Amino acid sequence: MFTAIKKGRLLTGLVAVGAVVALAGCASGDPLDTSSTSGGDAAEGGAIVIGSQAYYSNEIIAEIYAQALEANDIEVERQFNIGQRDAYLPALESGEVQLFPEYTGNLLQYYDPETTAKTSDDVYSALAGALPEGLEVLDQAPATDQDSYNVTKEFSESNGVTSLSDLASVTTPLTLGGNSELQTRPYGPEGLLATYGVTVGFTPIEDSGGPLTLQALKDNQVQLVNIYSADPNIAAAGLVTLEDPEGLFLASNVVPLINTDAATPEVSDVINKVSAALTAEDLVELNSQSQNDQESADTIAKNWLEKVALF
Amino acid sequence: MNWVSSNLDLVWELTLAHIALSVPPIVVGFLLSVPIGWIANRFRLTRGTILVVLGLLYTIPSLPLFIFMPLILGTPLLSSLNVSVALTIYAVALMVRTAADGLASVDKDVLQAASAMGYSGWQRFWRVELPLSGPVLLAGLRVVSASTVSLATIGSVVGVTSLGYLFINGFQRNIPAEVVSGIVAVLLIAVVFDLLLVLLGRVTLPWSRRERTGSPRSARQRTALLAGGVS
Amino acid sequence: MNLLLDGIAWILDPANQTGPSGWFARLGEQLAYTFGAVAIAALIAVPLGYLVGHTGRGRDIAVSLSGGFRALPSLGVLILLGLGLGIGFKAPLLTFVVLAVPPILAGAYAGFEAVDRRTIDAARAVGMTESQVIRKVEVPLGLPLLIGGLRSAVLQVVATATLAAYVSGGALGAFIFAGVATRDYAQTLGASILVTTLALVLEGIFALLQKLVVPRGVVAKELKDVRARSSRTRAVMGTPIREGK
Repeated sequence: MFTAIKKGRLLTGLVAVGAVVALAGCASGDPLDTSSTSGGDAAEGGAIVIGSQAYYSNEIIAEIYAQALEANDIEVERQFNIGQRDAYLPALESGEVQLFPEYTGNLLQYYDPETTAKTSDDVYSALAGALPEGLEVLDQAPATDQDSYNVTKEFSESNGVTSLSDLASVTTPLTLGGNSELQTRPYGPEGLLATYGVTVGFTPIEDSGGPLTLQALKDNQVQLVNIYSADPNIAAAGLVTLEDPEGLFLASNVVPLINTDAATPEVSDVINKVSAALTAEDLVELNSQSQNDQESADTIAKNWLEKVALF
Repeated sequence: MNWVSSNLDLVWELTLAHIALSVPPIVVGFLLSVPIGWIANRFRLTRGTILVVLGLLYTIPSLPLFIFMPLILGTPLLSSLNVSVALTIYAVALMVRTAADGLASVDKDVLQAASAMGYSGWQRFWRVELPLSGPVLLAGLRVVSASTVSLATIGSVVGVTSLGYLFINGFQRNIPAEVVSGIVAVLLIAVVFDLLLVLLGRVTLPWSRRERTGSPRSARQRTALLAGGVS
Repeated sequence: MNLLLDGIAWILDPANQTGPSGWFARLGEQLAYTFGAVAIAALIAVPLGYLVGHTGRGRDIAVSLSGGFRALPSLGVLILLGLGLGIGFKAPLLTFVVLAVPPILAGAYAGFEAVDRRTIDAARAVGMTESQVIRKVEVPLGLPLLIGGLRSAVLQVVATATLAAYVSGGALGAFIFAGVATRDYAQTLGASILVTTLALVLEGIFALLQKLVVPRGVVAKELKDVRARSSRTRAVMGTPIREGK
């Protein structure tokens, strides 16, 4: 048995292990660390780091920002698919990420949960005041992507419901479906009760108003669902978005959030042009291309920029 | 399947990121486990404690561990290091017992013979214990490899790029083909890693092949099965 | 440390305990997933594993199946099944069954394989029929390893069942996701502590169970000379996994 254990063999083994370690070192140093090392320099003329949420529609807007800047010879770096605001907002403040597509209403509520602003303009100006040092917003786009409550067409017709205020007269029990954070948001079940006198149960579904939420609505497991207003499924599935006369929801326009150091006149100019051109219908269409035509964010962004012919 | 053909670049890119994310925990986990396993065996009193405590780390659910890693380590929230360290913890949790069992499986008579031949403790470890426990260690390493490659997908939930992106993105966009390609890519990486490890075993442990044909129910294979259960 | 105390405070707060979305109920769901999935998986995997272990046929397939499935990413499987089955408990339960089959299969056939061939030959020599060999020799002697497989399956499912909340399947993961989404980390940590504690308790129960099911004759032999034995013999007795991972 001992004869088999030659020094050479063992050495080969150690070299092999060493090679794997070295390889691993190279690999981990390569695609993943780039963002963290370049963060600080970017303000002084390096690439501008653009982030996006782990939400397909947000990624498309981020890709539009990226391609628009590239078309104007500004170097960019993509750090997409960052999950939560908790993760990316500190990264934006530190300059690790510098430009990020955001939504005025949701962002304002993050910084100021008690806010009373409702309309698009009020929210936008309140947001400017609520942002921490080092962050600012550029112009907001006409496009909105805000929370909205939807019911099926059948439900709307059989109960005569077209507005949230109509829900109070519905006698069958109602269950609301949406991401789990909705349960504690001011416009969640408590807000419905306080503003419209409507009592609802709650089922958390973690797909941000995606296919499962839709399925649950169709199967009548929930009767009321929170779907973002720019979701093409609202139209495709023939849902009825309930009106909100009392202003339960904040308006939430697409808005570029930027680290002050990165907000050079050139960058701001390009991004503001993009925002001015991005309409609500456009955003629904972009989302539809992603969901129904299964196009990549890259292609969708390129097509849109060609269509609007800004640069 | 339309989605797959037009997104091969993306899948490939994510595959590379996934490999970069999972290889360091596998290697580091292995390199940490062998000495820890040795120490556990060395002192009989510590054996139970070390093995049980480390093994229990595997019961921590992965998602919260990824989330709390920056708070524990003080690393930036977006750093892939958070996921790498967490995966290393799981790798050690899986590997330590196998390492200790592997080292303990070396026949005591053989060790005594080695000492009698004048080997120092250090020499005996490198030339006798480590090579002879090689097959068991390799079996454990294969389990760690498969488990790490699979777990790395959860990193996407906390924003660290891996093939898990395809699960979450495909979920939101309702594209099952995207989710399936993510699963297939993960399995392929696991299979390739496994083959590489088997190859590594053939090169470094040439005698173990002969043993295999001789006794199909060797300790090595059984350890593989049992360790497999633990994952 | 402060955060840890917040988590414990969250657990102790009666407001978080009762009601359909309190943690008592969620813990029940977590357990229901765990034992439901393991029970279904055992119905599939134990007969299959015994068949493989007894006949020795299909061994290679069983090995690569139980090995390959280990790399199957639960999140991906869950989402795929969720897209097909909608919200609720079905997609998570099925995912966890898939997760639980490989360790049980491995435990079942390894248990049979670990039985010394001489013992089986002896059983045949004293005139046992094939079914008696299985019932009276292979099953009892293989039991420790089967329990080991079941134990691995239970631990794996109990830790993974947190993902069920991703497709509205409830269980303790609901708190983890909600806590992350609303920055209520006490809730996330509290639920994580509960999951880990639950895993520890189940682990302890199985460690005990595994000790109890070792047939008496084997115990006696083992106590005498386990330290001095080589791994091969020890493995046959089921020692490597008995010391309580």
